Formats: sequence, structure tokens, C-alpha cells
Amino acid sequence: MSDAKEYFVQGNEACVEASLASGLKFFAGYPITPSTEVAEGLARRLPKAGGVFLQMEDEIACISAVIGASWGGVKAMTATSGPGFSLMQEAIGYAAMSETPVVLVNVMRGGPSTGQPTRASQGDVAQTRFGSHGDYQVIAFAPASVQEMFDLTVETFNFSEKYRVPAFLLSDAEIGHMRGLLRVPPNIEVIDRKELGVRRQDKASEVPDSLVHPFPTFGRGHKTMVTGMTHTDDSRIEPEDPVVHSELVTRLNEKITRSRKDINRWEVINEDARIMIVAYGSSSFGAREIAANDRRIGLLRLKSLWPLPEEPIADVAGKCEKMLVCEMNLGQMYPHIKRVALEAGCKTVELLPKIGGDPQKPSEVRSKLREMGVI
Amino acid sequence: MDIFDFYRKDRWPHVFCPGCGIGTVMNCFYRAFNELGLDLEKTAFVGGIGCSSRIPLYINSDALHTTHGRALAFATGLRLSRLDLSVVVFTGDGDLGAIGGNHFINGCRRNVDMTVICINNNIYGMTGGQASITTPHDYQSTTTPYGNREYPFDLAEIAVAAGANYVARWTTRHVHELTKAMKTALQKKGFRFVEVVSQCPTNFGRRNKMADPTQMLEWFRESSVRRDKARTAAVDHVDLNLAGQITVGEFVSRDRECYEELLGVGKHGV
Repeated sequence: MSDAKEYFVQGNEACVEASLASGLKFFAGYPITPSTEVAEGLARRLPKAGGVFLQMEDEIACISAVIGASWGGVKAMTATSGPGFSLMQEAIGYAAMSETPVVLVNVMRGGPSTGQPTRASQGDVAQTRFGSHGDYQVIAFAPASVQEMFDLTVETFNFSEKYRVPAFLLSDAEIGHMRGLLRVPPNIEVIDRKELGVRRQDKASEVPDSLVHPFPTFGRGHKTMVTGMTHTDDSRIEPEDPVVHSELVTRLNEKITRSRKDINRWEVINEDARIMIVAYGSSSFGAREIAANDRRIGLLRLKSLWPLPEEPIADVAGKCEKMLVCEMNLGQMYPHIKRVALEAGCKTVELLPKIGGDPQKPSEVRSKLREMGVI
Repeated sequence: MDIFDFYRKDRWPHVFCPGCGIGTVMNCFYRAFNELGLDLEKTAFVGGIGCSSRIPLYINSDALHTTHGRALAFATGLRLSRLDLSVVVFTGDGDLGAIGGNHFINGCRRNVDMTVICINNNIYGMTGGQASITTPHDYQSTTTPYGNREYPFDLAEIAVAAGANYVARWTTRHVHELTKAMKTALQKKGFRFVEVVSQCPTNFGRRNKMADPTQMLEWFRESSVRRDKARTAAVDHVDLNLAGQITVGEFVSRDRECYEELLGVGKHGV
């Protein structure tokens, strides 16, 4: 890392730098705490990088403009928080159905409704996966540091492009506003979407065309037809045809679920511990401190949340006796993690939820572990 | 270019009802586009949701059929990401003025380079004839069985007030004027808005004693007043649209700097 450049920046600023490093060329935003610094940073930086920054009239317009720009063939992103994220849900479903690569940064705050604009939460992780109507899959990453705000923003862009899918960076007020060390590596791996009519040997081309069709960019003579309605592979609208609908929606889901091993990112501390804590983002802070000082307690920290990292969860669950899930919500990942853990043979899976804005303190995690009778 | 090269013949049969005004608009648009010698490969078409928003899917070029009400926002992103492409939006009264009203006002204000053609049939046709924001006062629809209690919106006047560079309104009865307005719109820069008052005999006419499309066209002819004459005739007439009269003509034609010029990101299209 000797060539890496080092900066002392805020999490949201790290996200700005990563988006530029990933090749962002279009950003549309609307002011909302605690994500506003992403828009402010890109308002300064993006025009100088040859891109377009746009402040739209609402969040629905932001995500819509971003999808439009993506069909123009550029990398496009928006950033928001809870209420804005709720407004974007319909268009997120549209992006999933039309297979549009878009990146959405959600710096989560306490909800429901206006809730706690300045306080952290993980209240949108279920909405990320299930917020729009119908069956669809997305990709979501959860950073736990300023450095990961950078690294996982790059991943979010890469996987969005590779699988032609809306992809999310689920940060929160804690990490978005945290200041810390950022090392920008000299070489950043950037994946571009597989374009129709363009031959390239890169990671996006590894995905079979049957799963992810080459992207027919507008203005290249493809006579592209993009629609959110049920359509065939040659874009014929067939909303009445049960077979066409079933095949399309099944493929949209399978292209992500089948690629789980490629997408998922995680970190394990004390992997042989009999007690495993599963956490992500800010809710891993307390657990990480405990695991660092107590070899009996392990930590599976999920860096990606969707598609659900079933393999790493099952792996630790098969080896440990008891599992504790920490979340800054009332248990949104918990039922999914619990299902996988119980199937893998873990006897007990408990939850330590916390809302209100503060991550779980080590003392709180410890007292829960005591209550479970494991320390 | 032949009209059958302009429209995708392989997508027929189309979804439009017999007697619908959309065919007239498509015909006028083809003529305007063709007479100007514009390049289909350099033009992208965007629609929202509704009957009129289906037009882009029948044109032999790139088409973005989007979510309900958001066509202008999608078009804004597409246009600003690709300054080499001209963007044309087809939309309807419900899509543009009701659910998409905020994007309409701000689209006019932002003045991004695009042509927006709104087919105003005064009804939600695709869902079976519910009152829209332009259904005239006292007229019948499935959601106004005792007559529409509300008063309609004037889309063209809103576009003028919000800052669009070009605003015109004609009806499907005025095919020559409409074609000419489309030609003017396609040649200008910034946000160009053409409203076409159109007939929906199936879901509007049928419930308002005009089941025959020719009755509706006759109604358009009788109630249309040219804007230059309307200036005096329509004083204090708030219900400009349909109930009393349809003000037709060019509402504004100006050359405010378009958004691309203000951003300094490059040349405008067409």
C-alpha cells in the first residue's frame, strides 16, 4: 500500500471519491440529512470530472433521471436517506424489471416517517430488498468504516454494472458522518457493463448472456425498447402471457441468487469461537471490540447484505453453539439469518436489537451474552 | 422515409381503440419529423404510462417506456447523459399534469432540451374512463357519475408560466397547424411543449353524448378559438379548456438559454 494516497475524510466524502474513481458520470440528488454531503461533494467534483450533477425536484425524479442517464450508457448514481428512499421504491422496481444498472447510496436514519434525521439506523435493510412490489432481487453492501465507504462504493458500482441491477450502499448517519483515514489504492478495479455490439474481455463478460443480456445502449442503432411491463427477450410487451412473465421474473431473480458467491463479502473474527455474533455496519462496532479482546466470542461481519450471504452464515452456524444477531433496527435481517443458521445446525439464534440512534455498546453486547449464559 | 419505416410495423396490432386521436397525432408527428429530415437513430423517445405514452414503443428507434408520471425526469437524465441524442417525450394529461405535475413544472423551469407532446384526451382512457385533471367541469366519467365537480387544469398556460421555451396547443381537428407546431418545436432548443386536445370516443365521448369520434372532432372545431382572438374573448374565462372554449395556437416562442447551455456541457440537439 506504499503507493496509496492517504486522506482524513468523512464517510460521505469517501463515497464521493469512490464514485468518481468508479467512473460516475451522472448524479441526481435531492437534499436530505444525513446523505446531503454526497450531493454537495459531487456538485463540486463531478462537473470537473466531465460529468453532470443535477438537483432534481424530488427523490422520485432523482432515481428516474439516474435510470434515464444509465440508458444513455453512463454510470449514474443518487444518494438519499429513509424518506427519500421510500419515495424511490417504484422506480427501483422499474430498474430491476428493465435491468438498468444504477447505484443508490442510502445513508440510513431513524424511521418510520421523518423520524430521526440526524441519527443512525439500519431501518431500511428490509426495504432495500422488499420495498418495491413484485419479486425481484438487488445487491446491497454495508460499510462499517470510512475506508469501506470507499471500497464498497466501488463494489456497488462494479456489481451493478456486471449484473445490470440496482445496487445499494447501505451506510448510516454514524458512518456517513464519521471522519477517518482513507487510503486510496493506486489501482482500483473497475467493471463496466457488457454492451451489446462491443466485445471486451473483462469480468462483466464472464456472466453468460442467457443470465445477463448485453446492454443495448441508446443511440447506437440498436432500436432499444425499454419497458417496465412484462416483456420478451426481444422487448415485445406481453403482459397477458403467464409463461413470458414467469420466465422473465425468474431470470431476474436467479441472475442474482445464483451469483451469491461472487457478490457476497464478509469478515470473520475468531472463526472457531463457540459463540458467534453476526452484525453489519454500525451494529458491529460493539461486537468487534468484544471479539478483539475475547477469543471465546467470534464475529461474522457481513459486508454485503443482499443477496443474503447464506454460505458464510451457514459456515459459522455449523461450527458454533449459539449465535447472536446485532442490528440497529428491531430485527430486519434476523429472521433470514436465523433461518440459515438453524438449517445449518446452530441451536440458538438470538437478537440484540437497538434503535434510537446509538450503535450497541460493548457493555450492552456483553450483558446480552451474559443473559444468554455464554460468558 | 416511409411511414412504415418510421413506425414499427412488426409491433402491430396496436393497442389504440377505433376512432382514437392518437393515430392522428402519430401521423402528424411522422410528417413533421420526416419533412425536417431528422435522423431517427439520433432521436430517443420517452413515454410514461397511459395510452399516449405507448407511442414510443411503436417508433422505429430507441424507446424508454417508464413509470407513471416520471417520463420527464427519465428524459432529463437521458438527455443530459447523451447530448448527441435528441429526446422526444409522448405523454398524456394524467401522466403529465396529475401524477407528473411536479416534474412538468420543473421540467419547463429547467428548460432542458426536449420536445414534449402531451395528448390531452381529458380522461384516463387506459384504465377505463376516470376523470382526469383536464376533464371539463360537469362532464361525466366513471369517477364523476354526477358530473365533474372540479374545474380543469390548463396545461399550456402552466408551461408558459413555468418557463418553457415553446408552448402550443392544437386539437386533432387541426392537423396542419399541429404538424407545423411540431415542426417548430422540433427545431427549437430548450423545453418545447405541444399540447394536443384529442378525442377518446371510447371512454370520454361515449359517456358525454359524443360516442362517434366525428362528433368529438366537430366539438373541437366549434369550441376552438385561436389564441390571438381568445385574448379578448377569454377575459375572465378561467375554464379555458373545453367546457367553454379551447384556446388554440402558439402560446409562447422564446429562446431562453436551455439547461445544457447554462451548464456548459455542450451543444443542444436537433
